[in-house]
Amino acid sequence: MITSRYYGQFGGAFLPEILVATFNELVTAFNEAKNDPTFWQEYENIMSSYSCRPTPLTFAQNLTSHFGGARIYIKREDLNHTGAHKANNVMGQGLLVKRMGKTRVIAETGAGQHGVATATMAAKFGFKCTVYMGEVDVKRQRPNVFWMERLGAEVIPVKDGTRILKDAINEAFRDWVTNMDDTHYVLGTACGPHPFPEMVSYFQSIIGKEARKQIMEIEGRLPQRIYACVGGGSNALGIFSGFFDDPVELIGAEAGGKGLDTGRHASRLACKDGSPGVAQGYKTYFLQNSDGQMKETHSVAAGLDYVGVSPILAHLRDKGRVRFTAATDKEVLDALTLTIKKEGLIPALESAHAFAQAFKEASKMSKDDIILINQSGRGDKDIFTIADAFADPQWQAFIKNKAKEYGA
Amino acid sequence: MELESYLQRKLKEKDILLMTHIVLGYPSFKESFQIIEKMVAAGVDIMELQIPFSEPIADGPVILRANQKALESGATIQDCLSLAQKAAETFDIPFLIMTYYNILYKYGVSEFTAKMASSSITGAIIPDLPPEEGSTYLTCMEKSNLAPIMIFSPTTTSDRMQYLADFAKGFIYCIARKGVTGEKTTFSNKLSDYLSGCHNATSLPIAVGFGIKDRQDIQFLKGKAEIAVIGSQTIRIMEQDGIKAVEDFILSLQ
Ligand SMILES: Cc1ncc(COP(=O)(O)O)c(C=O)c1O
Repeated sequence: MITSRYYGQFGGAFLPEILVATFNELVTAFNEAKNDPTFWQEYENIMSSYSCRPTPLTFAQNLTSHFGGARIYIKREDLNHTGAHKANNVMGQGLLVKRMGKTRVIAETGAGQHGVATATMAAKFGFKCTVYMGEVDVKRQRPNVFWMERLGAEVIPVKDGTRILKDAINEAFRDWVTNMDDTHYVLGTACGPHPFPEMVSYFQSIIGKEARKQIMEIEGRLPQRIYACVGGGSNALGIFSGFFDDPVELIGAEAGGKGLDTGRHASRLACKDGSPGVAQGYKTYFLQNSDGQMKETHSVAAGLDYVGVSPILAHLRDKGRVRFTAATDKEVLDALTLTIKKEGLIPALESAHAFAQAFKEASKMSKDDIILINQSGRGDKDIFTIADAFADPQWQAFIKNKAKEYGA
Repeated sequence: MELESYLQRKLKEKDILLMTHIVLGYPSFKESFQIIEKMVAAGVDIMELQIPFSEPIADGPVILRANQKALESGATIQDCLSLAQKAAETFDIPFLIMTYYNILYKYGVSEFTAKMASSSITGAIIPDLPPEEGSTYLTCMEKSNLAPIMIFSPTTTSDRMQYLADFAKGFIYCIARKGVTGEKTTFSNKLSDYLSGCHNATSLPIAVGFGIKDRQDIQFLKGKAEIAVIGSQTIRIMEQDGIKAVEDFILSLQ
């Protein structure tokens, strides 16, 4: 029997028969690990020695004064090894792969952060590694492709469908149904069939555990609001889960793209374009047409450019526990610029969605209020996209020169 | 048309039956109908009509692209259902709908099964809907007297085969190997053992699909399975040599 898990009406395990045995094995391995008290300890040890955990909670003094409202704290997931929260999930799943005795890992990647994280994990643990990445994303995230390949991973550009994250997920599943005997699919976010939503959130919950402890130590009280960007939902669930039982408002910022009324966005929960459906093995809100065909999505941030969203978040939205909003590409670039100037921090374009939303609200809050923003990753990887967005003339000259050196 | 008795009757005339597969709306609806016509004329016993979906995770490159092309040229569910109905009312063989669960879910599962029944469709294959997730679907299929085709794979345990067989009607679709549609299958002793395991779990006829491409493959299956399924190969032939070549190909298999 397939064990599946539902969150309200969302989740499940809509598996092709060929993968049922593989998922049963994975569910068993995950449950055993979760019930083994040494497993979390082993996980924390590796995250503190190989990555940079606990990541700091930074008080944003200048942004706080700038807005003149709530006290702004930033949870620094950008300081993880490879520069994003993706490391948390990947190292956790890597430990599971070792327990299961498999020797090869595959992954999908959008921004390339999850791909790079998986490739480092594979290098460290001695696994073979293949990463599927939409052709569009390969083009916009070249630096990450470069690093994945240096790390020994094979990067396969996906040329089918919309050629972005969802298509990379389909291709990874196609690889898995062929090679499941020695291969584990390291899904990068809290989506997909059970146990992935639960398992990825479990590893990411380290963010919220730390953040709660840190804010209690620093301020001696809970924040009023917590902001996180939402692609598939893993960094958001990671930080939110530390505060589920607290009277804290949780806000998820989706990709508003060119604007929610343009149809060119990736907002499944904050606007009424999303509707329940079943694809990629699970039930959630998807951006789809009335026939059930998935739509094209758009975001300046490759990591948020996805048609589905975690079934756990879909449920939390319907329950009213998490409020969902969207930030447009333009608002995101403004928030990014301000954060760089005021705090010397460089958030990833994905993370900048959470900043943009927090900035819309901070000045309306009281000076006694506290807010937390999850900086899910660092923006170095986005240098090409950000330079384009600002039409930076020096950068363009540099690229032209570089091209000349290569004989272009 | 009651599927199992039809198959049993046909099996008295032939030692192996032929099931073919097409993607509706690829390359166009007009041509889809012509292909069905040619296939029926060439002696195909049963057909699988795939309603294209944007995320066909169980399909390999050939069928995946056919899905995409059909959608790019604007194929809608309504168009697909109309063509399926026309085929089922025109030709005297059983037609099955093959698609992914979201298509039914968005249409409304009971509306979809009722529509299949009123269109003279015989059953459905939904590769991403295991019975554990499909109780609504199974109830509706039962109510409309349609055959929900169950799938066995080489990784399915014998216990699970028994479990799946309890929901099955018509025949069991046995996937010949790991992987997606359209890749090469090795026709070996291992496959024979697997197929005899499948037979042990069910009294229904079994169909074998994934990677069957010529007469030799079908010869191998005689006595080991009741139905040979041809999927990607006819799409490849149609793409290379046109619709007429599909008819010649089907004739060459028998
Ligand atoms: C830095 C960063 N933040 C956020 C995301 C979005 O993923 P999730 O919603 O799972 O946290 C990504 C995905 O690639 C990312 O790279």
